[in-house]
Amino acid sequence: MKTFLPDKSGHYGVFGGQYMPETLMTPLRDLEAAYRKMRRDASFKREVEYYLRSYAGRPTPLYFCRQLSSILGRGKIYLKREDLLHTGSHKINNALAQGILARRMGKKRIVAETGAGQHGVATATVCALFGLECHVYMGTEDMERQALNVYRMKLLGARVVPVTSGSKTLKDAMSEAIRDWVTNVKTTYYLLGSVGGPHPYPEMVRDFQTVIGKEARQQVLKIEGRLPKYLVACVGGGSNSIGLFHPFFNDRSVRFLGVEAAGFGLKTGRHSATLVAGRVGVLHGAKSFLLQDKEGQVKIAHSVAAGLDYPGVGPEHAYYRQTGRAQYAAVTDREAVEAFGLLSRTEGIIPALESSHALAYLPKLARHLKKNDIVIVCLSGRGDKDANTLSHESH
Amino acid sequence: MIPFVTAGYPGLAATEKIVLGLEAAGADVIELGVPFSDPIADGPVIQMSSFEALKKGVTLKDVLGMVRRLRRRTQVPLVAMTYFNPVLQYGPRRFVGDALTAGLDGVIIPDLPPQEEKDFQAEARRKGFAVVLFISPTTPPARARAIAKRAKGFIYFVSLAGVTGARRKLPADLKARLTATKRIAGRTPVCVGFGVSSPKQVRELGPYCDGVIVGSAVVNKIREGLRSKDYVAKVAAFIRNLKGEHV
Ligand SMILES: Cc1ncc(COP(=O)(O)O)c(C=O)c1O
Repeated sequence: MKTFLPDKSGHYGVFGGQYMPETLMTPLRDLEAAYRKMRRDASFKREVEYYLRSYAGRPTPLYFCRQLSSILGRGKIYLKREDLLHTGSHKINNALAQGILARRMGKKRIVAETGAGQHGVATATVCALFGLECHVYMGTEDMERQALNVYRMKLLGARVVPVTSGSKTLKDAMSEAIRDWVTNVKTTYYLLGSVGGPHPYPEMVRDFQTVIGKEARQQVLKIEGRLPKYLVACVGGGSNSIGLFHPFFNDRSVRFLGVEAAGFGLKTGRHSATLVAGRVGVLHGAKSFLLQDKEGQVKIAHSVAAGLDYPGVGPEHAYYRQTGRAQYAAVTDREAVEAFGLLSRTEGIIPALESSHALAYLPKLARHLKKNDIVIVCLSGRGDKDANTLSHESH
Repeated sequence: MIPFVTAGYPGLAATEKIVLGLEAAGADVIELGVPFSDPIADGPVIQMSSFEALKKGVTLKDVLGMVRRLRRRTQVPLVAMTYFNPVLQYGPRRFVGDALTAGLDGVIIPDLPPQEEKDFQAEARRKGFAVVLFISPTTPPARARAIAKRAKGFIYFVSLAGVTGARRKLPADLKARLTATKRIAGRTPVCVGFGVSSPKQVRELGPYCDGVIVGSAVVNKIREGLRSKDYVAKVAAFIRNLKGEHV
């Protein structure tokens, strides 16, 4: 059975929509039309599949963590190894597909926002590959903590535009990317990096990331002959998680668990746990959950993981939360850093700090598991980019 | 002439004085910007004034309070310009009621297209509170006609694809697009905004529209006037100058 969300007007229940200036209404409609056309176009699908396979390295393995599972004591933990992809994270799945779409729409100038720099690197990579002009907006705070990725983007021929307004992180980079798009809308394609923003982005990016869940579903059925009990993924904007979850939507026995960043702790107010601690609001084109004060001013998020440091979240997650299809939890910076070390030592895999949030929830989850329950964790990225930040911290 | 000021920049009391000065200088409508943390449709100048006002803790409720106070002294039409989220948190129905009671004539919401929040827009319509709609350079003719049909108050005609901010040059096809929009607008006034900053631009656009909205250039004047503390007079003089009435 196919799920039919969003509805025709781009809503997931009350969430989603197109809260954008009039100037972007027609470009959004054109984008939606182009996307619908491509989705029916076999040559588009073939081209995307070709690049995912021969360029990005799909399919990624579903790896059984023997040591980690035994340390946790209960459950069989599998990792969906998106960290092994070219450029080091799941972001390349979306960037490649949208890059191909942009090229087929005849757009030659690409703008993107980035937090951790993973989406920026993926976009810069795709632009280099297809000969597209690339401008990546990045908060100056993130440029500092993800200096390696800034260097990579420049090496790939992209212009990295420093954003100094507001919190100087992903939220402000996204505002600047939208301002660029609205100004250069005739020539420019906005390559959004997660499942937020106005319709059709949440739907389109989800569809491009469902390759994660589709592969994982086939793989687990092949290896284990049964479905997992839990899917666990970190939630920033929500793309790697929705990409893993969505293909299991109608497998009602499979539980979805999204893990957000509790930063310094939920009580401190310095976190990025939008679904756990936020309220319904509108930001960057969509109605969803939002970290905000009672006046509706958006709060500055915090997480040790730059890719989770965003006060909003994709509207489909808001819908999953409201309907109970998924559960959401949050782990602190400290817990994530511990999990970062644990996976490195036990399995020889250095996870991204973002993905470490998903891993950090496992000890809590293990208490609810039976010995043979299968858990699939989305290892959304590798941790090389974070080694620099962490090596400066005292631990 | 429709000047825009950010409510609460440089302070709420100052904005009240500026509004009265603008009215005296011949403003026909005054737009009051409600500060917001993420003003995606605004360029650097209005972003700056918005952040400064936020630092002073200015809220949507404060802006309505200011409108109530202003109403004791002026009947100049006042229109708020706010992003949608502050309205959503205030409660859209409550906002319409309180805005009308305070004496606000309408609201401009740059991130709310006509197809979203239909309940709110219908409620405003029922109560006679104008939610101003936009027509932009990318709006195709059929959509422009549909927008013109539903428009209340005036049509906000966006001069260029982009964000707010003074521009030396406006698009070459602006007058032609304005003429076409005037034709479909019927009796609804068409006012041009985004980029307009000089008397020459105002003079040239005058015959093609019913009003000109000037935002960033006004906020800039306030900023320039801050040091000498006579920004009320400076801003009023700027508006007279824009209108071509030299004093
Ligand atoms: C490795 C990695 N995982 C997760 C995320 C969070 O994004 P999303 O929630 O869209 O998957 C990022 C974002 O930069 C990332 O780099």
